[in-house]
Amino acid sequence: MTAQLEFDPIRLPPECEALRREVRAFLAEEIAAGTFDPDRPMHGDMHNTEFSKRVGAKGWIGLTWPKKYGGHERTFLERYVVTEEFRIANAPVRQYFVADRQSGPILLKYAPEHIKMDILPRICRGEVCFVIGMSEPNSGSDLFAAKTKATKADGGWRINGNKIWTSNAHIADYMIGLFRTSPSTKENRRHGLTQFLVDLKTDGITINPIYQMTGQHDFNEVVFDNVFIPDDCVLGEIDGAWKQATSELAYERSGPERFLETFYVLTALIRALGSEPDLRSAEGLGRLVAQAHALRRMSVSVAGMLQAGKEPVVEGSLVKDLGTIWEQKLPARVRELAAFLEPDVGNRATLDEQLAFAMTIAPKLTIQGGTTEVLRGIIARGLGLR
Amino acid sequence: MTENVSIVAESATRIFADLADPQTINRAKDAAWKAPLWQALTDAGLTLAWVPEALGGSDAGLAEGFEVIDVAGRFAASVPLVETLLAGWLLSQGGIASPGGPMTIAPGRPSDTIGLNASGKLSGRARGIPFAQDCEHIAVLASGAEGASIALVETKNCRVTPGANPAGDASNEVLFADTPAVEWRPASAGFDRTAMLLMGGVARSVQTAGALGAVLRMSVAYANDRVAFERPIAKFQAIQHSLAQLAGEVAAAVAASGSAADAIAHMQSFDDQIFLEAASAKIRSAEAAEKGAAIAHQVHGAIGFTNEHILHRFTLRMLAWRDDFGNESHWAVELGRKVAAGGADAFWPLLASR
Ligand SMILES: Cc1cc2nc3c(=O)[nH]c(=O)nc-3n(C[C@H](O)[C@H](O)[C@H](O)COP(=O)(O)OP(=O)(O)OC[C@H]3O[C@@H](n4cnc5c(N)ncnc54)[C@H](O)[C@@H]3O)c2cc1C
Repeated sequence: MTAQLEFDPIRLPPECEALRREVRAFLAEEIAAGTFDPDRPMHGDMHNTEFSKRVGAKGWIGLTWPKKYGGHERTFLERYVVTEEFRIANAPVRQYFVADRQSGPILLKYAPEHIKMDILPRICRGEVCFVIGMSEPNSGSDLFAAKTKATKADGGWRINGNKIWTSNAHIADYMIGLFRTSPSTKENRRHGLTQFLVDLKTDGITINPIYQMTGQHDFNEVVFDNVFIPDDCVLGEIDGAWKQATSELAYERSGPERFLETFYVLTALIRALGSEPDLRSAEGLGRLVAQAHALRRMSVSVAGMLQAGKEPVVEGSLVKDLGTIWEQKLPARVRELAAFLEPDVGNRATLDEQLAFAMTIAPKLTIQGGTTEVLRGIIARGLGLR
Repeated sequence: MTENVSIVAESATRIFADLADPQTINRAKDAAWKAPLWQALTDAGLTLAWVPEALGGSDAGLAEGFEVIDVAGRFAASVPLVETLLAGWLLSQGGIASPGGPMTIAPGRPSDTIGLNASGKLSGRARGIPFAQDCEHIAVLASGAEGASIALVETKNCRVTPGANPAGDASNEVLFADTPAVEWRPASAGFDRTAMLLMGGVARSVQTAGALGAVLRMSVAYANDRVAFERPIAKFQAIQHSLAQLAGEVAAAVAASGSAADAIAHMQSFDDQIFLEAASAKIRSAEAAEKGAAIAHQVHGAIGFTNEHILHRFTLRMLAWRDDFGNESHWAVELGRKVAAGGADAFWPLLASR
């Protein structure tokens, strides 16, 4: 085993708590103004450009990035606080969330200066939406099977093929896409893929909606027909995208959004149980609370690792594996604990509505952003088993 | 627990490695190894790490004491080190000096109460007291007319029923029947039985996390070593995924117990936040012990079920520790009640406050 598992008890410093108060006050105002309803994540559009711009104006997007690019040079722990408060409130962050979490950091690391100066400040202002273009019809968990091709052309590249399950492509401005620039080699099947910045308004791109089992439209098919991408949109090493993936995954996998997506049913359960639950409900509730606390402490600890400049790939995968399974089972546990409640307790209708929704979206939680099985493979590698 | 392991933890590791190697102990025909181990732990000031110098201890600090407990868990040693640490800590809460030698602490079950009368006599029954039959003294949290009191008792003045937990460590029913206290003092305001049980619970959580870490290392090493169907079983994805899940349980126990220990080391008093940290740590580490032990045994096959293999030294202890200082069901009920009483709107702020 490479190392023993360590999760230092990171505490959020005072500046985080000051920021948390500001964030809560802002969200309370937005809720009061009717921008969104925290109790009804199933209604309302999670995409809200005007709201995003107000968040940007507050300085809460690109929190950790250099000021030169519109960022705020604050810490990962402060970003953690903002992320968790927005998540808990079920705020409509769709416009900027992916850009803030992972696309921006990739651009910071790999994009040429003029592109950074152009795009990063707009992300920080909440003006642009990014999507992740990794999956293809025949390449999901096995990312390195991607076939969508980038062929060298004069001054740039020509893209042909299609990406699928691309969340938010229908509302987005840019994609960070993974395309094949060379065949893989016998020695290294991960060789040959390159990351590109794609302006989704470019000629030759067609975006087709795919409706989910919830009836909602989040993801899409993105078809590339001889799409031209200029040379300066190559991000990082040609054929070497596999070397760049690790830090992105650490960002993507360890955040509070990886265990809080169905949290609202737990809050609603507490409301429904009232102040004196029976023994069975109290025990069930207590176990859920203990899990939530443990997951949050793990996740904060990983934020501390990111702040310290580490790449906690295994730790991030552990948090996502435990966290997504927990948030997936949470609606089922809450349903059991609510089974003997009076049918007319105050918020029963809200709880039932929330449970129905959470149960419907539950399957995706252990698929998106890397399946349970893929995560366990990464953990096993970290343990020295493969 | 942290990268900057203290000198105290380093010396604990050295002592255990030299004198309590699990393999050697498992083969030992008798308990002759215990005396030199205890002597070394005492000489290094580890047994009374939580006792101020004025009260006879080494005053090593709460955080360092928890590191020692983590090490004790990694070696799953069957000596009352953690119990002596806790007893010394409890006595210090009442300003009572610690005698030398191994001690234990009572009560160990939330439903047991021990009474103390005005003339310093104790009565009541305490079940599941770890190592009582091996200890000369017991530190007791008793309830008297003025509330919680702390008392030091000589074990020979109690009736101790022989018994053992599933791992074979002494675990006794202790009967106090007008048992005289050597010394007794009222506990400071705000200190009560719940506080004592939470402290014991966190100690067990840290110990469990230490043992789980050892179990993970052992299981990974075994999987890489054991060959079946012409390859190391580590190459089978089913094994890899089982061990990844074991790692998840270890990680959760390490994070929850480390957080609770840190919280206690820096606390002002046993408030609601400490309750959340400590109760969660006990619940989560107990759950991790159950799931983790099952996975480790499955991966080890029959050899792990033998007396000869050391796996059981760790798995049976961490399973037994679940019952000390309140089991996970007890704390879940208490935590659930507390959260419910606080109300839905106070729940997230409570979680986020840690
Ligand atoms: C809601 C949602 C949003 C998404 N958004 C995006 C997006 O914005 N951009 C994007 O690029 N992708 C997106 N995805 C796609 C997502 O990343 C993939 O679904 C995921 O990586 C799995 O790929 P797959 O669906 O092709 O399943 P497959 O890879 O075909 O897997 C099917 C099953 O086989 C298992 N499996 C596969 N390989 C192995 C193995 N080696 N060992 C053991 N088991 C294995 C998997 O774990 C899974 O259980 C989204 C998915 C969802 C559900």
